[in-house]
Amino acid sequence: MEFKLSREQELVRKMVREFTENEIAPIAAETDRTSQYPAQTIDDLFRYGVMGMIVPKEYGGAGADDLSGAIAIEEISKACASTGDIVATHNGLCCGPIIAYGTEEQKQKYLPMLTKGRKVGAFCLTEADAGSDASKGTTTAVLDGDHYVLNGSKIFITNGYVADIFVVFAMTDPSKGTKGISAFIVEKDFPGFAVGKHEVKMGLHGSPTAEIIFQDCIVPKENLLGVEGKGFSIAMATLDGGRIGIAAQALGIAEGAYQEAMDFAKVRVQFGRPIAKFQNSQFVFADMYVGIEAGQLLTYKAAVAKMTQKRFTVEAATAKLFCSEMANKVTTKALQMCGGYGYTNDYPLERMMRDAKITEIYEGTSEIQRVVISGNILR
Amino acid sequence: MKIIVCVKQVPDTSGKVAVKPDGTLDRASMQTITNPDDLNAVEAALKLKDETGCEVIVVTMGPPPAEGMLRELLARGADRAVLISAREFGGSDTYATSQIIAAAIDHMGLENDDIVFCGRQAIDGDTAQVGPQIAEKLGLPQVTYAQDIKKDGDSLTIQRALEDGYMTIKVKTPCLITCIKELNEPRYMSVGGIYEAYEKPMEVYDYNLLKDNPLIDVNNIGLAGSPTNILISFTPPQKGAGQMLEGADQATCDKLAGILAEKHII
Repeated sequence: MEFKLSREQELVRKMVREFTENEIAPIAAETDRTSQYPAQTIDDLFRYGVMGMIVPKEYGGAGADDLSGAIAIEEISKACASTGDIVATHNGLCCGPIIAYGTEEQKQKYLPMLTKGRKVGAFCLTEADAGSDASKGTTTAVLDGDHYVLNGSKIFITNGYVADIFVVFAMTDPSKGTKGISAFIVEKDFPGFAVGKHEVKMGLHGSPTAEIIFQDCIVPKENLLGVEGKGFSIAMATLDGGRIGIAAQALGIAEGAYQEAMDFAKVRVQFGRPIAKFQNSQFVFADMYVGIEAGQLLTYKAAVAKMTQKRFTVEAATAKLFCSEMANKVTTKALQMCGGYGYTNDYPLERMMRDAKITEIYEGTSEIQRVVISGNILR
Repeated sequence: MKIIVCVKQVPDTSGKVAVKPDGTLDRASMQTITNPDDLNAVEAALKLKDETGCEVIVVTMGPPPAEGMLRELLARGADRAVLISAREFGGSDTYATSQIIAAAIDHMGLENDDIVFCGRQAIDGDTAQVGPQIAEKLGLPQVTYAQDIKKDGDSLTIQRALEDGYMTIKVKTPCLITCIKELNEPRYMSVGGIYEAYEKPMEVYDYNLLKDNPLIDVNNIGLAGSPTNILISFTPPQKGAGQMLEGADQATCDKLAGILAEKHII
């Protein structure tokens, strides 16, 4: 076992770190305060090949490996979890399943759009009455000649009102339960596609979340992704990959909060000395450090598992569960370290604490991660 | 058409600066970066590459670890790299360095539409001598302090920054241009570029390859052969703590005027 990044992975970290410090960190607070989608940043991330980085070169991507993909999200999320979320969703949940399950024609058509074409991607699984129990979706897809007709609506869709390309799950045969679910590639310009309510959220204000409505939406037959009836397993496998992205996002948030608290504690003088000189602070920093180190190892291990193993469900769920809970602990402790200053929006910690919360909820709640892990280890 | 960009790996001055007993920098113990002005030179070359599709070659003289910097420049979009590296070249001053780099460029061969870009100066020595000296050795026309570059056929129109304005100079290729930070905003590496960087060609030019080049006098290279001798190097004493006054009211202004008068500044 060798704990060493490849030369390319090191350079990806350096490049994304520089970009984040110069281009993302200065606008992160404003992005949060105004709930403004960071359009220029995302366009730049397309230009530099971070959006769609895992797409193979022959389809317009950079051909980056999954660990580089995780490192990029970690680095971005240190400064802005909203931007990290937009990238993670685009890469992991839209490009990911098209790379894995798309036909040659689908890859030739859609992957260049999601890279060089600078079109943002999204993933539509959750419905109002089908969250953790994703098998209970009621959106339907009925084959009618050379196309499917989709009806229903999806909620909490990341990139919802900015995306052009959506991976959508719908029932092609409701009588078969999870075996009646199929996946489709849907463009926002298809007839019958509409964007519904824009969500106002506790955190991730820069990440655009919306309801997506399909009203007799016409989807060409050739846009069926994978085999009819295999949609649920495509969704679950895609989420395995997506969870590595969320683990990396949570890890990044924790690292960002840790650094902010450390910078503060070294200069904040109370009772005649910097608060970093008090043993309580030192122990808090030690605990934060251990959490971050452990989270990074689990996240990187899961990313390497995705690169080298057929199944990585448990590794991804473990990393996601640990990092999201760790990020919530670390942001809370980091804010506490900064006292009243931490509670104001002059400092990024209240934003980081709000942003961290979602990582315990989306792409499978912490409870669902425990279901996934225990279901695999107690066989 | 090719563009050769001369770059230098320099100590990151935002970190700790270490000096060896002989007065030269202890580079091994310091973090390094690509010299900032050189990044502007690389960007100028990459912009011309975007327009014309020309080849961009990055060249540096330095120890073997300088390969890392060259790979990063390949990841920004340069096509190939040349690392000039030999024990005999170590410790060279600007006079010696420019001979060696000029010989390396001569070895590559300059054609009529080729351009050499350099940064204005390196943040370690701050001499701004190597670029102009390379041009002299190669017999190239040179324009320093470029803040704007436009290519038109076989000539370049350059705005040369002055303290109180700029002059416009038209120069025929081949030529050498030194670049300043006002020229452009250097791009980042791209992920695609990073994944290609280690597959792009990198040549090492060593002592044996260059020693017989007519532009080099082997007695005038390296630490021993360099005409520059360092008499003393020292860390300048720290300035005393400043005094901050805040406020835009009459009382603050009066206080400021009082302090300045007391020090006989006004």
